[in-house]
Amino acid sequence: MRPGPSIRFRLVVGIVLVLAVGGVAVALAALAYGRSAAQQSYDRLLVGAARQIARAISLRDGEVVVDLPVSAFELLSLAPRDRVVYGVFDETGRLITGYGSIAPPADGSAFFNGSFAGEPARFAHVTRPFAERAFTGSVSVVIGQTMQARRELARQITRNALIAVAIIGAVMAALAMLAVRAALRPLHRIERDFAARSSKDLTPVDLDVPQEISSLVRALNRFIARIDRQLQIMHRLIGDAAHQLRTPIAALRAQAELAADETDPERQRRIVGRIHERSKNLSRLADQLLSHALIIHRADSVDLQEIDLRRVATEAVAEADQWLDEAHLALRLDLPEAPMPCPGDELSLIEACKNLINNALGHGRPPITLRVRAENGMALLAVHDCGEGFPEEMWADAGSRFASSAGVSSRSAGLGLAIVSAVARAHRGELRIRRPAEGGFEVAIALPAGRESRP
Amino acid sequence: MKAALNALLCAALLLAGAMSGAAGPGAAGPVAPEAVKSYGPAEARRRLVVRSTTDLALFEPILLAFLARNPDIAFSYEQWSSNGLYLAASAACRAGAAQADLLISSSIDQQVKLANDGCARPHRSALTAGLPAEANWRDEVFGITREPAVIVYNRATIGPESAPRSRFDLIDLLRPEDSRFRGRVATYDIETSGLGYLFAFADSQQATTFGSLIEAFGRSGAIATCCSAEIIDGVAGGRYLIAYNVLGSYALARARENPDIVVVAPDDYTLVLSRAALIPKHAAAPDLAGALIDFLLSEEGRAALRTADLIVPTDGKAEPALRLPENPEASLRQIPLSPVLLVGLDQHKRRAFIARWRATFASRKTPRR
Repeated sequence: MRPGPSIRFRLVVGIVLVLAVGGVAVALAALAYGRSAAQQSYDRLLVGAARQIARAISLRDGEVVVDLPVSAFELLSLAPRDRVVYGVFDETGRLITGYGSIAPPADGSAFFNGSFAGEPARFAHVTRPFAERAFTGSVSVVIGQTMQARRELARQITRNALIAVAIIGAVMAALAMLAVRAALRPLHRIERDFAARSSKDLTPVDLDVPQEISSLVRALNRFIARIDRQLQIMHRLIGDAAHQLRTPIAALRAQAELAADETDPERQRRIVGRIHERSKNLSRLADQLLSHALIIHRADSVDLQEIDLRRVATEAVAEADQWLDEAHLALRLDLPEAPMPCPGDELSLIEACKNLINNALGHGRPPITLRVRAENGMALLAVHDCGEGFPEEMWADAGSRFASSAGVSSRSAGLGLAIVSAVARAHRGELRIRRPAEGGFEVAIALPAGRESRP
Repeated sequence: MKAALNALLCAALLLAGAMSGAAGPGAAGPVAPEAVKSYGPAEARRRLVVRSTTDLALFEPILLAFLARNPDIAFSYEQWSSNGLYLAASAACRAGAAQADLLISSSIDQQVKLANDGCARPHRSALTAGLPAEANWRDEVFGITREPAVIVYNRATIGPESAPRSRFDLIDLLRPEDSRFRGRVATYDIETSGLGYLFAFADSQQATTFGSLIEAFGRSGAIATCCSAEIIDGVAGGRYLIAYNVLGSYALARARENPDIVVVAPDDYTLVLSRAALIPKHAAAPDLAGALIDFLLSEEGRAALRTADLIVPTDGKAEPALRLPENPEASLRQIPLSPVLLVGLDQHKRRAFIARWRATFASRKTPRR
């Protein structure tokens, strides 16, 4: 296991990122809000002052007279450090009173930005129409103020908003930490469960786990079950091997002792012949045990691939040829025209098939037929002989070890069907035994068919 | 150099004329200093130029105290009329020229206008930060003195029974048709005195009394004239019986010499002027100017200003010659340094205000000296 960054660390980084991005967004929003709020507040003062000035414009002897109100400037003094510029203009843009350095906006807008004495300033523009005998037209009041107070207010609003956001962010981060801790608690429970187990405890984890890790725990449980199974298989193999090998080795030793004590060369030769025969059987038994172990191991660990059962059958027959020759028997091969695909491990299936053939050779009666066929969505690899087979009451146990044989014959150690059954189970299939209507005895591996052969 | 300066001043005058008195006064004051005096070592590398409307004699002790602390600074003090000072500073600001390093004027409205028009540079120190809001605008204009606008009369000519304590008393004294005060009340001519205009305009903002008062002045043939010294001399000599809105600093100085002079801070309200100092934007030695401002605001500087009557105490330490209002807290009103002062300088506002003033004084105005 390579220790990666912890989930807590990831979550913390994620939360911090989310909060940071959110914080930046809120900060930008606060800045924009602060600016617009300050802008609005001081714009109102500005336009209020401009209206007061406009109100103070009168006509005297046909001339526009401005009685600049002190209150307008007192209003503007609410921005205590800002400079003020103002001007009253007639319709032609001529200055009536105030500062000549400014002018009414060409587009007549109510507010505009500009500068005054080298400092940025905000301006309000108000017009007042006159319709008198002596004067008809409108008078423009433009009043501007530098923006220190606006900036200060915007800064204040933004700062306050940011302080609030920072506090909320900190509280949220703290709560998120608590939530993370609570959410990770089931992992600690599982950890404690494993820590508390004895080394032999391979039972599944049985804890209330959240949905998100239930599949992980299920996978873990499957994994534990597989280890459990393989351990059991190993135990069984060791048990089998011990059981199956002890008797022939003891017999062999007894024969060897007998041969050593025998003085008659002719009888000694016969005993040596028997020793040879028995050691051949023993070697076959060892082969079988090893292949059993190999196949069971393979079946449990190798990924299934799409294979053609016809190929399995021909391969098995080719490998079984040697025994067939020894037995002077022929094997009939009955294969369909079309491929018979199914997911499987070729090597273990060939080995299982060989076992079936071997069984038929050992216990059945010729002729023997190896048949590949489809049946109810299952692909079958069946070996048929014309004998009686073994009794029906033993069928249910046929897949267990030693069932089909009580001892060691010349060709079988009685493990045949156990291997076949293990392979079938590993392929999510089963062992099928029957006496077909046409007579004889058939043992078949039924496997779930591959996609192509399914209707 | 001198020629260049004069040329600049002439330019300033022309510009001011071309602006049709955008800054206020229609009649421009003299655009040259009324008096100039230099202090300190002639070979000094740093030189501070102060322009002020304050009489040199009054300000000299303060300058000497500053020089005593800064012996390596040379110093020249130029005494200007308030309008002249404003026009020269305004022109220098537009031209980007360095003329003076510090401007101190009693026409605080013009000082505020200079700062408002971007002609001042800020100066910040612990002392300026300690100033109240009405004595510090933008860290650019600072109120450095504290001088009440007072009523002055002569004990020898006015008995205690008719001694005016407030503007109401004054109006009552002037009301009778055959009043002996007819033609013998003097106040500043607001057309020529920036300070007189400032006080009169502030009066008009403070109370409706102002209307009755100028009406009373008009009816009784009050004299509008120039200059504190002249008015107070008139009161001392008996030519005037009462002087209205005279700057307390000058009056108190005279009262100390002449015990007959009574200085009254009116009961109804007393305007308090704080002469404004500012550093022009293009000052050549702004740091020295800042140091002088800090000195004026320091304990030592304030003590010197008190000695010169430029800070008039209105608490327990008040001069015996000054008659304080009964409730000084409520009656003393400092004219704040703020853009509100710009209103009085508005061309139309000023024209209308002076027209109103002239309507009452026109026939009796004494010719300017």
